[in-house]
Amino acid sequence: MVKIVVENLYYRYPEALDYALKNISFRIEEGESVAILGENGAGKTTLAKNLNGLLKPTEGSVKIDGVDTRSLSVAKIARKIGFVNHNPEHQFFAEKVEDEVRFGLRNFGFSEKEADKIIQEVLSVFGLEEYRGRNPFQLSGGEKKRLAIASIMAWRPEALIVDEPTIGMDYAQKLNIRRVLRSIVSEGRCVIVITHDVDFAASICERAIVLSRGEVIGDGRLRDLLSDDKLVEKSSLRKPFLIELEEETGLTGLEEDFDAISSILMEVFQKCRS
Amino acid sequence: MAAVELRKLCFRYAGSEKQALSGIDLTVEEGESVLITGPSGCGKSTLVRVLMGLIPHSYPGELEGEAYVFGMNVKNTPVSRIATRCGIVFQNPDNQLFTFSVEDDVAFGPENLALPPDEIGRRVDEALRLVGIEHLRHSSPNNLSGGEQQKAAIASILSMKPSLLIFDEPTSMLDPSSSASLIQRIFELKRSLSETGGKTTVIIVEHRIDLLLRHLSRIVVVSEGRVVLDGDPMKVLEESFRRGIPINIPPLLQIYFRVREKCGLKNPPATVKELASMLGGGGSKNG
Repeated sequence: MVKIVVENLYYRYPEALDYALKNISFRIEEGESVAILGENGAGKTTLAKNLNGLLKPTEGSVKIDGVDTRSLSVAKIARKIGFVNHNPEHQFFAEKVEDEVRFGLRNFGFSEKEADKIIQEVLSVFGLEEYRGRNPFQLSGGEKKRLAIASIMAWRPEALIVDEPTIGMDYAQKLNIRRVLRSIVSEGRCVIVITHDVDFAASICERAIVLSRGEVIGDGRLRDLLSDDKLVEKSSLRKPFLIELEEETGLTGLEEDFDAISSILMEVFQKCRS
Repeated sequence: MAAVELRKLCFRYAGSEKQALSGIDLTVEEGESVLITGPSGCGKSTLVRVLMGLIPHSYPGELEGEAYVFGMNVKNTPVSRIATRCGIVFQNPDNQLFTFSVEDDVAFGPENLALPPDEIGRRVDEALRLVGIEHLRHSSPNNLSGGEQQKAAIASILSMKPSLLIFDEPTSMLDPSSSASLIQRIFELKRSLSETGGKTTVIIVEHRIDLLLRHLSRIVVVSEGRVVLDGDPMKVLEESFRRGIPINIPPLLQIYFRVREKCGLKNPPATVKELASMLGGGGSKNG
């Protein structure tokens, strides 16, 4: 399984004056679930693109399983590390939903028979079967997003980087995507989520890397980092609801299951009354 | 005159078998602040395309029923005319920005309204200030992050001071503090425009409801191309909860709706702290 090592990474866009990323170092071990958080323009997407070789470091290095990304092709890295763009339209070009998923599978040498089976599977996981023959560009915002994730997940990369997975998602789909990402983690694969949705991040990721103005200002247990009021403010984030609720009520170990939380709270209430 | 009036509106995209809208009846009066929400794929974005006249003029398909925006029948009014009264911020800012500097993008609308240059300058300054991106004035939209692009797209609409402002998921790519301040500013702008005599109507399509709630006069829930709930925000949310419509009900309310009766709560809590103290479980943080 894949391991990513980032060392003294600096990145500057070709025509830009400033560095978008400055002196970033960390390791992501196999099977980790990591949230990359930070304010708008902090460098989250730029960092993600450096992790999968779409961008190569200006200085420093990113190594995937010990190999510098500069000496690897984008396709080779993509087989191991899938990247779901925040704008699904940047990713689409097929005329049919099923062909969008088939494209990656073909490129990575899956047989047509295998591909058919996988397409069926991923479209059903994301509730997109009925759109099989539709043009991806005609889907709604949330459906496009789901297709984008499905078409990358299809070839089962060892690590998956998803940029803003919850945009355009209603509650049921958010739970669905959470379930899918969690199951990837439970298989020992790595999930890296870039998001502003701190509640979503907290429900999937053990670890967070917090960026501000191109630098890492926090790296550790997500729970600890997002309990830190100063860090939360500095990075324009928000404390996840469950952490806040635990702090205010003294309860611990709450999971995002509102039925369960509500009955716990009602018990507390009844105890206080009696 | 109503800002928006839709009667038995149906639309099917060319090439699709299913109707995206199947009988929408909706009236929005001038000055209202309405949230349109609903499960993903329910027809929300299609609905706002009709309000701008992009349906039927730019999207091929079959449109039935009536759609009026400030009395203009969208079927036979050019989009350019509707655009003098309505501004839309699309879900995807890439579809909106096309010049080489943020400033030019923001000035584009007012230039097309043929305003005098000093007025254009004033509006550009104001719009950039409202969304907090004065520092990006000379940047190329292509070099901005997703969230920054979204702010630039919003500024490019605010500069036109439309009577009807339509936002399709305006905060989807913004960090929590930018989202909060943007929503705050949108409604401040609406208030200040109202004070100077004009009535601004705001229609927002959003999945994230918590930040908007206190600004809204109404919530409309669309499901499978129909309006299924319409009315007072809190009542609509509670009814959605009761019926299990999968909209993003804020976590605080998810709990409130569940415990309200048993715990005899009268009003929804505004903060987690308030919820904790209502339930008598507060204070344990400090021992």
